[in-house]
Amino acid sequence: MFDFSLFTNWIHSFLSSFMPEWLTITTECVLIGVALLLTYALLALFYIYFERKVCAAFQCRLGPNRVGPMGLLQSFADMFKMLIKELISLNHTDKFLFALAPYLVILASMLAFAVLPWGNGLQIIDFNIGIFFLIAVSSIGVLGILLAGWSSNNKFTLIGALRSGAQMVSYELSIGLSVLTMVVFAGSMSVGDIVNAQDNLWFIFSGHIPAIIAFIIYLIAGTAETNRGPFDLPEAESELTAGYHTEYSGIHFGFFYLAEYLNLFIVSGVATLLFFGGWMPLHFPGWDGFNAIMNYIPGVVWFIGKAIVISFIIIWFKWTFPRLRIDQMLALEWKYLLPINLFNLVLMVLIVVYGIHL
Amino acid sequence: MADTQEIIAKLFPQATFEEGDILTVEIPDAQWHDLAETLRDNAELSFDFLMTIVGMDWVEKMGCIYYLTSTKYNKRIAVKVATEDRVNPALTSIADLWHIAGIYEREVYDFFGIIFLNNPDMRRLFLSIDWKGYPLRKDYDASPETNPVPEDNERQSDFTQVYTRDGEGKIECKEERIFAENDFVVNIGPQHPATHGVLRFRTAVDGETIKKIDVYMGYIHRGIEKICENLTYPQTLHFMDRLDYFSAHPYHHCLCMTIEEAAGIEISRRAQVIRVMMDELSRIASHCLFIGTFCMDLGATTMLFYALRVREQILDIMDKTCGARMTFNYECIGGVMQDLAPDFVDDVKALLKIIPQNLKEYDKLFTGNVITKNRMEGVGVLGREDAISWGVTGPSGRASGWACDVRKTTPYSIYPELDFEEVIRHEGDSMARFKVRMGEIEQSARILEQLVDNIPEGEYCVKVPKVLKFPVGHWFRTVEGCRGTFGVYLESDGTVNPYRLKLATPSLPAAAVVDSLTRGDKIADLITIGGSLDYIVPDIDR
Amino acid sequence: MEVTTKSMPYEAWKDNEYIESLVKELQGNGANVVVGSFDKLINWGRSNSIWPLTFATSCCGIEFVSLGAARYDMARFGWEVARSSPRQADFIMVAGTIVHRMAPVLRRLYDQLAEPKYVIACGACAVSGGPFKKSYHVVMGVDKIIPVDVYLPGCPPRPEAMIYAIMQLSRKIKVEKFFGGVNRQEKQEEFLKNHPIPGVED
Repeated sequence: MFDFSLFTNWIHSFLSSFMPEWLTITTECVLIGVALLLTYALLALFYIYFERKVCAAFQCRLGPNRVGPMGLLQSFADMFKMLIKELISLNHTDKFLFALAPYLVILASMLAFAVLPWGNGLQIIDFNIGIFFLIAVSSIGVLGILLAGWSSNNKFTLIGALRSGAQMVSYELSIGLSVLTMVVFAGSMSVGDIVNAQDNLWFIFSGHIPAIIAFIIYLIAGTAETNRGPFDLPEAESELTAGYHTEYSGIHFGFFYLAEYLNLFIVSGVATLLFFGGWMPLHFPGWDGFNAIMNYIPGVVWFIGKAIVISFIIIWFKWTFPRLRIDQMLALEWKYLLPINLFNLVLMVLIVVYGIHL
Repeated sequence: MADTQEIIAKLFPQATFEEGDILTVEIPDAQWHDLAETLRDNAELSFDFLMTIVGMDWVEKMGCIYYLTSTKYNKRIAVKVATEDRVNPALTSIADLWHIAGIYEREVYDFFGIIFLNNPDMRRLFLSIDWKGYPLRKDYDASPETNPVPEDNERQSDFTQVYTRDGEGKIECKEERIFAENDFVVNIGPQHPATHGVLRFRTAVDGETIKKIDVYMGYIHRGIEKICENLTYPQTLHFMDRLDYFSAHPYHHCLCMTIEEAAGIEISRRAQVIRVMMDELSRIASHCLFIGTFCMDLGATTMLFYALRVREQILDIMDKTCGARMTFNYECIGGVMQDLAPDFVDDVKALLKIIPQNLKEYDKLFTGNVITKNRMEGVGVLGREDAISWGVTGPSGRASGWACDVRKTTPYSIYPELDFEEVIRHEGDSMARFKVRMGEIEQSARILEQLVDNIPEGEYCVKVPKVLKFPVGHWFRTVEGCRGTFGVYLESDGTVNPYRLKLATPSLPAAAVVDSLTRGDKIADLITIGGSLDYIVPDIDR
Repeated sequence: MEVTTKSMPYEAWKDNEYIESLVKELQGNGANVVVGSFDKLINWGRSNSIWPLTFATSCCGIEFVSLGAARYDMARFGWEVARSSPRQADFIMVAGTIVHRMAPVLRRLYDQLAEPKYVIACGACAVSGGPFKKSYHVVMGVDKIIPVDVYLPGCPPRPEAMIYAIMQLSRKIKVEKFFGGVNRQEKQEEFLKNHPIPGVED
């Protein structure tokens, strides 16, 4: 597998050959920031296009096909328009919090972006509590949503925000526990270690029953975390017009819109990391020829490809199921997912202790 | 009918009778409430379903005609109550006897200015609080200067009026709060994706739980009844397309039948068959759209597109024959506008082939889904008694176990010869309302199957004079629209224009019942219940 | 300058004179190369991303639903992102009759839309009152309340006609000037001067 750290180390030594250390680090940070933002924007735009095409296919339609070849530029046109659309300032609102909220939401998803393993050595930061960091920063998002709903001074947004608060806080538990299950299995919280541990076999195969249960729970809870159907109560179109972001216009709304799709990517990215080996190609112990062929496909392609497949499943949910009611949604979490999850954690611990895994 | 007359005559000697196909009783206002109670509660009468209240302005006096039906004996009766006071007309309310009467009385108050004493909520229904005059009175000043287009936001009052008569016979007005003082009131509508148009719910909520809903109508009140009074009979027809735009054919059918009966026109068998086929086709199309929009309200957007595929196919059939996709204006007095398109029969057969497959697909995708079941089962349960008292007819009424299909109870056209079942369920919840409609698609397909090969030859329209005139009189006809019983009350004064054309639509009770169904449920249930009742807002507001 | 669109020949459009006069009015003096190309980019974005507000009062609204469905599929043009919140929508398709009671609501919805905003009067009722011309409660054309960009007759207009109308709107957007020149904001101010809102000063 090509190790990207060679490339990054080369850049580092090249820059430090003629720059003082502080400037090198600053330059690198700026470079990384620009690359991150670009990837972020491009991925989000791709995801918007992807979802529109997928949903069109489910609904026997064509989807965007006029702007650019096969409608590929559709979401770019949307973004250009949104960038220069008027930002409406409202009376009787908390202007500071109102403006802060979208940035918080996008910040949360961007921070979570930082620890995703894009490829071998292609990771912004790989520290020993990577997974913990990921869970911590992704819950900043709910703060942004609550602020957005509250500061808009609108009853719909308030209801949307409170729904979102209840939902996020509940499903965070499930996410946390299913991630914890996998952390127990991997024996490490470091993203790099988790990926490397799947060199022989992806966790979904080697962890068999508890890993599959954890994956299903993670998928359900992840769908809920991203506020997507059938858990899209905070922005339920038919109930609360547009939910917590009803009052946002222009690029502020654009931030929510982008963050929603990026969160979808992050959730699928983390699922990829925990269950499908991150950037690791599909390997089976003993199948050396097969493994060698798989190694020819670059890690970035593996990672993004797997993430897109999982996103596709989540999108599939959204366009198939009707929306849950708030009490049913909470009942699902507290009465079903949480106990199953706790049981699953114990099961995983037993399996690790007795070594009954592949 | 003689028995009914005898019983009433014995108890109420003041009553006068007028024989017709429907017995009409005229009674002074003082006895009206007692008579209403007797009509409802007397075991031999049991007129428990209030079909409509027709407000009337006979110039020398004003009043109402109440149309009642006995669901037990399948009989109808009309009661005329009038007052001669034009300045402060007042009648006694029967809102305590029938739930729906309160709303109907508000409508009459809105149009005629007749005050109903003891009605707990005597506000305007369709027109805004500051509207000047009562538009359906014959002396209404219709000039745009009286009521210009408002530029300011509508004045909103948190109070309602209750009128009572004190000991000396003077009318007193008392103000009462609609919501409690500290209620958290959310305004849902008029522009809201879930209200299916421009209906407005002021909803008092406690967290996610609904405490009370105040329904505001009239955001698409177009005054069709008043416009019709200045049009000739054939001209009034095209408004039927624009009430409930999915039931355009049944509504046309109803008005045509009423006018044909008044004018004594016999229409050919071919026209009858064509009309019935069109009715049933539009019923399928309407229910398909119901399935689609209802599922979309619940968040399953994809179902909308699957359901609309069938509807598009039906619209193609209509398009070929009628020349339009929605506002057909096809049925006319004496038959139908033009003959069937040459490939009509083939198209209908092709449609009948795909319907069972599609229904199976809907079942697989949606009905069996566990989320769907949780969202719909046991939500918004409407009992049979309540359904009758609220006057909720059509599929929603049948889902509560009330056999209210006009095609069976008072058959018209060629329906008696046809073999079909009335789909009835007893749960009364949203799921039952959904399933009844699914069942009705099958039954409509069955009717079409019987007719599609047996369209008789003949003329599709008999010759009718261009200007129609009937004798003085009044007629009331009902048909089964796609959403329930649609009634037309026609009063003629012998001229070329109708003196009064009242349209009793099924959507108004469906919207009125929302409040009592949703209390104590969640906001999301409001969407489910509203969707499952399937009201069409222009049909409510007319 | 010809305002062309993908997959429709210029001659097939019905009102090229109007668009040409609009071009002359807005861009008759030419534009700076930089500003001009920025404008082109912005107009490309705007004209290709017209999001409707979910707003329907009657029959036309159902045809608008049909427009979104599989057969007519407005998603091809990128119009399917119907927003329920007026803040995020680009145009109102006034689909259906507007009555007196609805008029202030519509006006308010229009005010809530974020610039740039457009209005299509869809159907005979919205254009002129249509079959309800003699009614006591119907507004005779929405242009009495809000400025209208495209009039779309029909009762209700077929979905094909709706596609044509939104494409016309897209063409109109294509010739707009974002940097300098007359823009919508000024047009609106002019409108507000002629139709003052009572009780509100400037």
